[in-house]
Amino acid sequence: MSARVKDPYQRVSQALNRTLLHLILVGGAVTMVMPFVWMLSSSLKTNLEVFHIPPTFIPTVPQWHNYVDIFKVVPYGRWFLNSVIIAVTQTVLYLFVASLAGFTFARMRFPGREAIFTLYLATLMVPGQVTLIPKFLLMKQLHLINTYAAVILPGIFNAYGVFLLRQFLMTLPDSLEEAAILDGASYFRIYWNIILPLAGPALATLGLFGFMGAWNDFLWPLIVINSDHMKPLSVGLASFHGLYETNWPYLMAASTVALVPIILIFTAAQKYFVQGIALTGLKEG
Amino acid sequence: MGKGLSTLRRSSLWQKLKWPTLGKGTERSQALWAYTFLSLSVLGLFIFTILPIIAAFGLSFVNWTLLSPPKWAGLSNFQRLLNDKYFWNALKNTFYYVIGVMPGIAISLLLAVILNQKLRFTTLYRTLYYLPTITMWTAIALVWRWLYSPQYGLVNWALGLIGIHGPAWLSDPHWAMPAQIFTSWWKGAGYNMVILLAGLQGIPQIYYEAASIDGANWWQRFRHVTLPLLTPTIYFVVVMTFIGSFGVFAQIYIMTEGGPGQATTTIIYYLYNNAFKYFEIGYADVLAIAFFVIVFTFTVIQTQLQKRWVHYT
Repeated sequence: MSARVKDPYQRVSQALNRTLLHLILVGGAVTMVMPFVWMLSSSLKTNLEVFHIPPTFIPTVPQWHNYVDIFKVVPYGRWFLNSVIIAVTQTVLYLFVASLAGFTFARMRFPGREAIFTLYLATLMVPGQVTLIPKFLLMKQLHLINTYAAVILPGIFNAYGVFLLRQFLMTLPDSLEEAAILDGASYFRIYWNIILPLAGPALATLGLFGFMGAWNDFLWPLIVINSDHMKPLSVGLASFHGLYETNWPYLMAASTVALVPIILIFTAAQKYFVQGIALTGLKEG
Repeated sequence: MGKGLSTLRRSSLWQKLKWPTLGKGTERSQALWAYTFLSLSVLGLFIFTILPIIAAFGLSFVNWTLLSPPKWAGLSNFQRLLNDKYFWNALKNTFYYVIGVMPGIAISLLLAVILNQKLRFTTLYRTLYYLPTITMWTAIALVWRWLYSPQYGLVNWALGLIGIHGPAWLSDPHWAMPAQIFTSWWKGAGYNMVILLAGLQGIPQIYYEAASIDGANWWQRFRHVTLPLLTPTIYFVVVMTFIGSFGVFAQIYIMTEGGPGQATTTIIYYLYNNAFKYFEIGYADVLAIAFFVIVFTFTVIQTQLQKRWVHYT
């Protein structure tokens, strides 16, 4: 476009336009990043400096020990470990269950296929909050309150993953299985050795969102976990806030540590995140 | 060779060719395998989703405090709901919040349209805008609680620089909800932006070229090409934002705890208190049903209304 513009007046007005757009974008970026900067800065201050007016953005003496202290005053390490165990287990099982069901719906023929799949879709119309109380009562009945299983189980069977993977697997050509069937491969081997490797990008996207959802989830673990040492980070942070309400350096250090894993994963796998929401409107949970 | 031949003999395709009558058998075996594969998923879906949905309707007819066995309550929970001023207040607050969050979509649209231009650093901007979306609500809500601190927070300090004496935000009944809404704009802008950006990139360039030849300026191109062709994406974003924000909980729990007073008590927050603080299981469950009915009704209304303003090409 710009190559065709010869008129100097137009060139100047284009440059002005571009500057204006960049100004809006920079303004937006500052707004987006400032809370994170403030969080980091506060996390390195003393409990005195944090209340200083006007605020100091760079702490006079960075209090790195805040990041050590939070592991001592509350079982922060344990909460972190709980979050890792919950998020990893849930993601792996979710991917397995969803991909096997998605494979069956997409690549196999059996009576009742459409009816069962419609049932899956129907469950997606009911928001998770509606079944919160019955699920809690179920976990109580099964004596699973205060266990990882209570946090992990319901998320594994979310119909959304089945739906998404079915849609993806249906786009693969039929010829894929034919050779395998000729070789006498079992259906499970077709799923495991042929279809699953081809579903890589879809699995990666779903897995990332699943992990993020599990890591960030708050309401469900808040309900099924009360004992301090079983809490995931999200719930632990809330109780930390209850205990140290005005100790902002500690709270901000704890928040920073809770955000780091997701931010790292996001930067490493940004492609799949953007692909995921752009294609499917996928959101955590 | 011999092994290959026997494998071929055993394969379903071979059997179909050779003995047509056995075709039924392989179909049956395929169906059996299919049911086997589905069994785990269906069982899980039944236990953790379908059964709870049925139970959610059933529980609304009982009184239950978890200490004594449940008692049949008929429609009394529903009657109580209609006469409960805290419920109506929570409903009002939830609508206030949801309607307040909606204009955030315009911000996302503006950012998406700008990022769709051929500019430098667009990937960097996109990453930065998207960052709040992926973060944990609990941690972010703590950060904003601190940002909104009346005396020591960054927000009021920044306002002070331009001569504005900021309110007490989260502890002021009039400002607590706007503060919640602004935080939601901040957190949600990047998510909607990425979806809208994908929608924009799906608009064929040829429409813009045709409009330019007809002498349309940038506003006319936006108004008569971009906007109509983007309506399916905007519709999707509106519905998702509506459903998502109607269930707002974590930020309320951390930032304002439903207060000050009842100023930020939303439906799900009120449900949580009833179920897990007062152990009014039956009544809390009626709130869940009400939540479902409202979200469902509004989704249906929106799918009807979209026929008037969404253009499908």
